[in-house]
Order: sequence, then C-alpha cells, then structure tokens
Amino acid sequence: MQTNEGPAAGAGLPALDDLAPDLSCAFYRDMLTARLLDTEAIALQRQGVFPAYVSLRGQEAAQVGSAAALDRERDFVFPTYREMAVALTLGVDMVGYLASHRALWHGGLYDPMASRFGAVNAVVGGPVPHAVGWAMGERLAGRRGCAISYFGDGASSEGDVHEAMNLAGVFHVPVVFFCQNNQWALSVPNERQIAGGSVAARAAGYGMPGTAVDGNDAAAVYRATREALERARSGGGPTLIEAVTYRVEPHSTSDDTTRYRKAAEERAWRERDPITRLRAAMRAAGHAGDGFFERAEREARATAEQVRDGVSAAPEPAGEDLFGYVYREPTGELARQRRVWQEEVLP
Amino acid sequence: MTETTMAQALNRALRDALAADPDVLVYGEDVGPLGGVFRVTDGLAAEFGAERCFDSPLAEAGIVGTAVGMAMHGGRPVVEMQFDSFAYPAFEQLVSHVAKMRNRTQGAVELPMVVRIPYGGGIGGVEHHSDSSEAYYAHTPGLRVVTPGNPADGYSMLREAIDCPDPVVFLEPKRRYWDRADLELPVRTESMDRAVVRSSGTDVTLIAYGPMVATALETAEAAREEGIDVEVVDLRSLSPFDDATVAESVRRTGRAVVVHEAPMFGGYGAEVAARVTEQCFHYLEAPVLRVGGLDIPYPPPKLEEYYLPSVDRILDAMDRLQWEADWFPEAPPRPRADAVPLPCNDSAGASAGGSDRSRSEVSAWAPSRP
Ligand SMILES: Cc1ncc(C[n+]2csc(CCOP(=O)(O)OP(=O)(O)O)c2C)c(N)n1
Ligand SMILES: [Mg+2]
Repeated sequence: MQTNEGPAAGAGLPALDDLAPDLSCAFYRDMLTARLLDTEAIALQRQGVFPAYVSLRGQEAAQVGSAAALDRERDFVFPTYREMAVALTLGVDMVGYLASHRALWHGGLYDPMASRFGAVNAVVGGPVPHAVGWAMGERLAGRRGCAISYFGDGASSEGDVHEAMNLAGVFHVPVVFFCQNNQWALSVPNERQIAGGSVAARAAGYGMPGTAVDGNDAAAVYRATREALERARSGGGPTLIEAVTYRVEPHSTSDDTTRYRKAAEERAWRERDPITRLRAAMRAAGHAGDGFFERAEREARATAEQVRDGVSAAPEPAGEDLFGYVYREPTGELARQRRVWQEEVLP
Repeated sequence: MTETTMAQALNRALRDALAADPDVLVYGEDVGPLGGVFRVTDGLAAEFGAERCFDSPLAEAGIVGTAVGMAMHGGRPVVEMQFDSFAYPAFEQLVSHVAKMRNRTQGAVELPMVVRIPYGGGIGGVEHHSDSSEAYYAHTPGLRVVTPGNPADGYSMLREAIDCPDPVVFLEPKRRYWDRADLELPVRTESMDRAVVRSSGTDVTLIAYGPMVATALETAEAAREEGIDVEVVDLRSLSPFDDATVAESVRRTGRAVVVHEAPMFGGYGAEVAARVTEQCFHYLEAPVLRVGGLDIPYPPPKLEEYYLPSVDRILDAMDRLQWEADWFPEAPPRPRADAVPLPCNDSAGASAGGSDRSRSEVSAWAPSRP
C-alpha cells in the first residue's frame, strides 16, 4: 500500500491580500455550491438515479480558482469527467451537465459551444491536444481568447498529452495546461505515475513556463491561472500549471479505495479542506462574516437541490435520438435502420 | 464442482500461468493492488510480487509497446487494456508493430504476448466503456483474435493464448464476467482456434461469439418453443476463422444468422456471412442474415437496450429466413427452372416448414459435402 504526503497542498491559510472581497466571496459561493451539488450527486448514485458518478470533492479550490480567472466571453475550456466545479463557475447549465452522469447522453445535455465548456470526456488525455488546436485556431483568427485544458496526474503519462505540450511549445499558442494532481490515478499513486516527481517540471522540456501551486488554495490557483492567461493572451505562449490537491473520495462510485490506500491518508486530506481553509482566510482578512457565510450556505443548498431535482426529473431521451446525431443528416442506411428499429424494437 | 465466474476463471488462468512459467508477467493500469477494475488480476501482485504483476503508468501505447520489447527479451507479457476504447491509444503499436513483427523479420523475431481487452456493452457503462472493437483487430493480419463465451473457455483459452508463439488479442466479454458455471479448474477445452457447436439443431445455424453466445443460446431455447430447431456455433476464434466447423453446420441446416454487438456496417458479421455464402451457397435456403448493433456510436446506458441484439431481434431475423415461399413480397425470389433438389439434406427438408425452394445443384467447384 502506498501513501502520499501532500507536497505542496494543504497547510496554512490562503493569502487573500491582493484579492477583492467580492472575488473571494464568489470563490466561496461556487466552491460551496459545487460541494453540496457533489454531495447530492453521490446520493443520487446511491439511490440508483445515476448509474455512476465521479466526485470532485477536495478539488473545489483548484477548479473554481482556475475557472474564475477565465474570460467567459473569449476563452474555452476542455474538461475531463471531473470538472463539475469548473462548469458551475462558468455558468454551464448544471442539469445539462449532470445529464451525462444520469446516463441520458454521453457528452451531457448542455451546449459546449455556447457554454465555452467542451463536452465532458472520459478518455484520459485525449482532449488535451484539442485545446492546443483551439488555441492555434484562435491565433490564426487573430483573436485574444485562450484555451485551457484540464487533465489529471494520470493523464500526464499519456502520449497525447506529451504531443500536445510539444505542439503548443512549437506553435507557441495561447493555451494553459492545467493539471489537477490529486495524487491518485484510480489506484495508482503519484510515485508510480510521475517520473521525476513533478508534472510542472516537464514544462521546461517543452519550452514553456511550469508552475506547481497549492491546489487547495483558491487564491493561489486563481493567481497562477490569471498570470498564465495574461501571458498567453499577450503572445507569450503556453503555460503548464500543476495544482497539487487530493481526491478525497474514491475514483468513482464503483471504486474501492481500501484495496490501495489508507483511510488515514484520506482523513488527513479531508482536514485540509479547501472550503474550510478559504472560510478561515476570509474571516481573518475581514472579507466576510457570519451573515455572508449563512446566506452563502442557504443559497448554495437551494441551488444544489434545484439542480438535483432538475436532473432527476429530466426526461429520458427518445429512442429515435439514437439516429439523430450521427451525421448532420441521417444517411440513407441510418434512416432505414431507424424505420426497422421503429417497427421491430420500439415497444 | 464449484461455481466459477468467468472473471474468476481468467484470474485462475493468469495465476496458473504465472506459476507454471517464470517468463510470464502481467501488467497494465490498476492491475496490481486493485486487482484490475474487474478483479481479473486480483491477488496476483500479492502472490507473485511486484516484479511479475504490476501497475503501469496510464499509457496504453507504452504498455503494448513495452510488451513488444519484453517479448523480444524472452518474456511472455500478458498486458491489460482497461476497457475496449482505451486500447485505441495502443492501436499503432498493435497494428504496425505487434502484428507485423514476425513477418517483417521473416520469423526471426517472435512476440509471444497477450493483450487482454474487456470489450462490449451491456453493463450500463459510461461513454467509451462499451465498444465492440473486434473487427479492427480481426482485420489485422498477424494478430490472433480470440474471445471466450463461458468460464471454462475463459480459463483454457487464456492459458493457450499465453502459450501461443503468436501475439494474441484476447477479447473478454465484460458483461459475461459474472456468468457462472460449475467447473473444476484447471480445465482444458477445445483448441482456441476452433469453433464449437454449443447446442445442436437442424433448422438454422446461429453463429455467435463472446458476449452474444449466451444470448444465442437463450434464443435457441425460445425458438425451440416456436418449433424451430436452432444450432448455436460459438466461434471462439475470430482470427483465424474456423471455416470447417461453421460450414459443416450451415450445410446441414441450410440457414444461418450471425449475431454480434458491434455495428453491422463493415463488422465482423460481414466476414462471416461472406465466408458462409462462399462455402455453403448451394446449401443455403435463404441469405445469410446478420443481427448486430446499429450503425451508431455506442449509446448511453438509458438507451442501450435499444441497441444490443436481443433474443427478440434474433428471432425476428430468423423469421425472415424464407421459411415460406412468399416470405418477401417486394422481390420474390425466382427459383431456377433447372434447380434440382439435393439428394441428402433430409434434416433441413423435414423441418423447414414447407419451403418449396429447392437447393441448386452442387456445381463442380463447390466445396464437397461434409
Ligand atoms: C485512455 C484511457 N485509459 C484508461 C482509462 C481508465 N481510467 C479512467 S480515469 C483513470 C485514472 C485517471 O487519473 P487522473 O488522470 O489522475 O485523473 P483523476 O481521475 O484523478 O481525476 C483511468 C485509468 C481512461 N478513461 N482512458
Ligand atoms: Mg489523479
């Protein structure tokens, strides 16, 4: 059994000095809403409403802090399957987002183009080059948007990710590689995943700046991401950020962590909870008091419940939808299959 | 006898192979302490140590690519791709390197390696966890592609695959991992490149493999109640293809339906149908039909029952096998005027339910009768 001592994440209070209280309040609201929605989602899985779910618990600061730095009008997010709090921060329709977990439709039922948040994707590493291509397109078009690619410590081992980073370095395009190093890739710990011990250090080999940041400190993540975006927007090329955090829940609701890690490790990380830490820092900095926190809790709960009810009640897709989106227009053969299907399979 | 699931049988095969041959080693994503997401490698790391069963970083091309080097070095690597779709990053290694190595070195370099891939749907899997990717591999000369349909074959075929001097793509029907059989292990079943008749019948041959064998057997039961006597052939090996067993069956029954989960277009069933037609043309009472998945990406779990071939859909296909003369109103078949009945196909004749179409004559070039 392996153990992970978190290198960078965890201790101390986030420094909020240069941050407007509005911003820390916004972080807090989004992180808490994501937490409560995540909890609802786990419950929905237990109740059989979701066949499976992947929790982001413990990674709220990494996700909200980075997403808050994005320009919602211009930038574009390429997520994995665990970026629920990024989606929330960007204002993605969360019922549509969670539709993927209810198994209504693979990529979710929100509009990625309008949301500027790509379709959720379970192929580890696969979407990372997409972000580079988007950034290439944006530069060719002479616009100032940036792409951000979210991926995990496990994904950092995939060939696609290496190719993407090298391409980004060669083409010098406006993309941010945002690695949430939550210390585990399913059952495999960092030590057996990342040669050299640091994802951020790899940036040097691709000719871009790389930085490791306390991923449980929303303010630190925000600053690092904002800096990378500013550089990218002003022609300075790609950046690799490694946000060091921890996956406190199992990999997914189908996982059994007792086979590969110690409960004590999980407990230790639960104690470095990013939301608790942010709240303490906000109090200490005088950004907010009881009134705000109580209101934030009420509102977050209301939102989480509303989304929960929404996704539970969302209509199931019609069987005909199977044929509707394979091509712009169904081919003759698909139309034929739909006819046969309607006659023979449809109850 | 004890109840054994396919996952347990596969696990035992790996264990016995590791014990029997010090060159065997097992690696892949999460196959160590976790024991694989389907627990097929459960306990192996503990029993044989981290040198012989270990987790690799998340890198499928690397896993298959290093297995090539390991095999060249004298090892017998058995590597796991976690799910069907996650073998695609390793496709280049499989197609350009694994498959071609022997041929491009005129046999000087041998790759006795096994790539295990859980495949197929039916488990309510999220996206990219339910593909039937067999046609890609079967289309690649140099790869042996096999797929067990029951626990006994799971054990025996995996042992045989590990012993095989050629690289084997070992496709595990994930929805059958938990299927049980009364079984004493170790067990040796038929050679892994042979098809097997799982249930004899006289009216129609139902050709299936991997996850669909159990469905085919269920269909045979249901059909029997409708008075159709179905023979079920379990292909087991997709490449090479056991023409002899399949043709022997179809020539007896005169009718054939191929069933698989994968989309039909360009699917493995097309190869089967073509071969059956080529070898049994003069014995066929009806065109060889296919029942497969739709030509769409694998759907989300809520819709998967609409996609997967079911007993009903297979029965529907069987109904279309020209049992009656006027079965197909749009384009009635025109029997050859000079067609003469074949001398000895009594079984089909007896059970075909009044078909008045005669088989055409066996021409000089047709394969000889069984
Ligand atoms: C190409 C590919 N290989 C394997 C998998 C199976 N799998 C799903 S998630 C996962 C671990 C991913 O770890 P990481 O990149 O660290 O992301 P995290 O789950 O920790 O957020 C694995 C092995 C996959 N989805 N895609
Ligand atoms: Mg991880």
